[in-house]
Amino acid sequence: MSTVTLRSFEETLEKYDPALGLEVHVELNTESKMFCGCPTEFGAEPNTQVCPTCLGLPGAMPVVNRKAVESAIRIGLALNCQIAEWCRFARKNYFYPDMPKNFQTSQYDEPIAFDGWMDVEVGGETYRVEIERAHMEEDTGKSLHVGGATGRIHGADHSLVDYNRAGIPLIEIVTRPIVGAGAKAPEVAKAYVAQLRQLIIALGVSDARMDQGSIRADVNLSLAPTGADRLGTRTETKNVNSLRSVERAVRYEMQRHAAILDAGGTILQETRHWHEDTGITTSGREKSDAEDYRYFPEPDLVPVAPTREWVEELRATLPENPTQKRARLQAEWGFTDLEMRDTVGAGALALVEETIAAGATPQAARKWWLSELARRANDAGVEVAEVGVTPAQVAEVQRLVDAGTINDKLARQVFDGLIAGEGTPEEIVASRGLAVVSDDGALGAAVDKAIEANPDVAQKIRDGKVAAAGALIGSVMKEMRGQADAGRVRELILEKLS
Amino acid sequence: MNDVLTRSAAELADLLATGELTSVALTQACLDRIGQVDDAVHAFLHVDVEGALAEAAASDERRANGDLLSPLDGIPIAVKDVLVTVGLPTTCGSKILEGWVPPYDATVVRRLREAGLPILGKTNMDEFAMGSSTEHSAYGPTRNPWDLDRIPGGSGGGSAAAVAAFEAPLALGTDTGGSIRQPGAVTGTVGVKPTYGGVSRYGLVAMANSLDQVGPVTRTVLDSALLHELIGGHDPLDSTSIDQPVPALVEAARQGATGDLTGLRVGVITELGGEGYQAGVLARFQESLDLLVGAGAEVVEVSCPSFVHALATYYLIMPCEASSNLAKFDAMRYGLRVVPEAAAHGGPPSAEDVMRATRDAGFGDEVKRRIILGTYALSSGYYDAYYGQAQKVRTLISRDFEAAFAQADVLVSPTAPTTAFRLGEKLDDPLAMYLNDLATIPANLAGVPGISLPSGLADEDGLPAGFQVLAPAMADDRLYRVGAALEALLEKKWGGPLLAQAPVLDGVQA
Repeated sequence: MSTVTLRSFEETLEKYDPALGLEVHVELNTESKMFCGCPTEFGAEPNTQVCPTCLGLPGAMPVVNRKAVESAIRIGLALNCQIAEWCRFARKNYFYPDMPKNFQTSQYDEPIAFDGWMDVEVGGETYRVEIERAHMEEDTGKSLHVGGATGRIHGADHSLVDYNRAGIPLIEIVTRPIVGAGAKAPEVAKAYVAQLRQLIIALGVSDARMDQGSIRADVNLSLAPTGADRLGTRTETKNVNSLRSVERAVRYEMQRHAAILDAGGTILQETRHWHEDTGITTSGREKSDAEDYRYFPEPDLVPVAPTREWVEELRATLPENPTQKRARLQAEWGFTDLEMRDTVGAGALALVEETIAAGATPQAARKWWLSELARRANDAGVEVAEVGVTPAQVAEVQRLVDAGTINDKLARQVFDGLIAGEGTPEEIVASRGLAVVSDDGALGAAVDKAIEANPDVAQKIRDGKVAAAGALIGSVMKEMRGQADAGRVRELILEKLS
Repeated sequence: MNDVLTRSAAELADLLATGELTSVALTQACLDRIGQVDDAVHAFLHVDVEGALAEAAASDERRANGDLLSPLDGIPIAVKDVLVTVGLPTTCGSKILEGWVPPYDATVVRRLREAGLPILGKTNMDEFAMGSSTEHSAYGPTRNPWDLDRIPGGSGGGSAAAVAAFEAPLALGTDTGGSIRQPGAVTGTVGVKPTYGGVSRYGLVAMANSLDQVGPVTRTVLDSALLHELIGGHDPLDSTSIDQPVPALVEAARQGATGDLTGLRVGVITELGGEGYQAGVLARFQESLDLLVGAGAEVVEVSCPSFVHALATYYLIMPCEASSNLAKFDAMRYGLRVVPEAAAHGGPPSAEDVMRATRDAGFGDEVKRRIILGTYALSSGYYDAYYGQAQKVRTLISRDFEAAFAQADVLVSPTAPTTAFRLGEKLDDPLAMYLNDLATIPANLAGVPGISLPSGLADEDGLPAGFQVLAPAMADDRLYRVGAALEALLEKKWGGPLLAQAPVLDGVQA
């Protein structure tokens, strides 16, 4: 791979305004596929969830999944979109082995939902992201390239195709160009996808697992000289499959574009691949206007014409909107504005909410997610939601702390065990022997030892300088490898030296 | 020739009912006839001797037990090779599907099986139903039983010839631009294209989804009605199928056969006649029209000005849809696979190389011609001028029909402008071939139903001509009323069915 020069982020912003565009594919969690009755279970044996229709056998025909249309409308409404009174599916024609019919049944110029918006919060500021459209389509099969070192088609000696995914319903949500975010562009992109994901979860229409591909983001980015009134040439970075990567990919492409433009080059309108491991993008196929999908209306399907009554029924099923919900939660939890903003900013709102629902106090829930777990997520380079600890486990850990079984310091070791998959918090406390020692016999011996080793300190305490007890407590804790009940240790020291 | 072979399906059903005939004997007679004449006629691509006889035996057993599945239980049928059939090869007349045995039945095939009709085999056709002569079959042409040097029409020449040669009493065809009606006209048989959406297309390998329709191919109007009622009706697997009951077709045919058409308004379409139509075809058409008037019908002339653009419209919409439909034949999942020995890029052949080589070897010229036409017409920058414009003209054609049906209960025309032409005569002139569907195409574009029935033999060549009746959507019953009336009047004039005048074909050599 050739080395690419990058401009620094700061230099990039001095000369250019970024414009973002996000295309997010959401795999719906319907029981059956978009156009046939096949099941949609993730991870089934290859080619076991197929039928003549999703395999594209000669003669087979599609029938629209009503539940998928319902989900599409609900997503559209939640994104403040208009819902089409009448729309059609279209064929997107191109040849690829993982596409059974060699056309994808999608929507072209008649999307089910259009002209919407979503307000995205970044660092206390609100950005209104305009939604151009949300349309229905079917997923393709999955190609597995065998024999090469990288798992990519290049270097492989053969390929296998799993059609289980072919025909799974997808909703593609496309934004209008997002301009004016400047230095915040990478964060806005990430926050948009994160908030969209939360919305999808709240709607209950998808598993919303970025790691399993049930939400996939394509990031369009272009730069224009500061103050220019038109957009630059864009690149489309495909399959950016974690929130953190969305931010990184935008940042990377901004810096790459800037370097090319500064050197007098032109940006090639192309598809680019995101490499999670190295954090760079590489050129995919060139995408120009020459690419011609020969769209035309799908003649095997009748138009989708949702009645206004149905649309209103679905509107009534929408969850609370995020802004209202946030205000309500802040009041319920008694968080300050700053605490609330930090919680949202860390992507931990839902985690905190679920932890509280599992029995923790709001402050305890916030404390764990925003300090200990946020730090670990940052170290591991993942989102806090992906750190490997569930809200229910956090609540359980806090219960153990409240019961005096462990202290905050030991709790960190419990989190180590949870991330390592060693079992439930209680099991980890037992197997790692983490319970606090409050037995006077064991503690007494350690206190005696500490007094003996520190006669000067002991004398100070005897002389009434109670504050000096801290040094002896530290010594005892060290001896007990942190597992002593600090309060009881203090009492014992004061008893013995009074 | 065994006498039972010339009987209509309705008559055969009576013979089975009275016990004078068994389904096994009838099916065996058809199979014997196929063995005797099909080397010369070549109506079949695949004959299922064992399967048909097993189904016939099962039917006889049901009859003995008194639990029949349908009025046609035990009557054998031939199925056009464009309909998928479990256990029977389905090639669509193409090399690209040679040897493919589908894992599922088309809805119409399932309905045949559930009604107890033994399936004799699969009939020959122009490749992917693209043609008007069955000469574009990759497996060799079918010949017209009236004259073995002539074409049997197309694309469903196999089904029409099988019925005309008494190899089968019934057959299924499909009609995209006339592929049931035009073969019916040139072989002296009856063929019906039902209302679009009236019969399920699930399992019909699509040429042009918005035009295709499955329908009956028979020797009498009543037989078509019996078969149409059996295959028709809503199918949840076909979104374009109409969720309404099928009109009472058999009743309409029986009522029409009394020959009384008092008060019926018959519209003659000005644009479908005159120049380009063979004199003998026009003479037979006029004769039939006079018979209808004699039966009490009133004739009015109607003009459908947009029909002059029907052929051009059809040859845009059909190839557009076909080019996309045929993309699935790529050697990846089923059918022919040709692996090129050396790829142009020097490396081992890629999936794209295999697709290219397979499609090059597997498709015939006419198919390639239409793929190219459709791909071009759908291309960015041309879409509006071609596909978009064609859809607008299609709407105008529908409006012409609406206006015409305001003046007339049914519309009539010759089915095809000429009688059967000679094999090879138009093979090098696609436009001349396309012109054969001039009168049948408007019905497909508008989705209205049509029937073709024999109007007699043209004086010039002694070959059959066809009379077409068109009705408004979902008024298929009118076709049967008018068709059965005309059939009765004509047979009275001829002294029996037209096919009684066809060559016997016993002892023909291939």
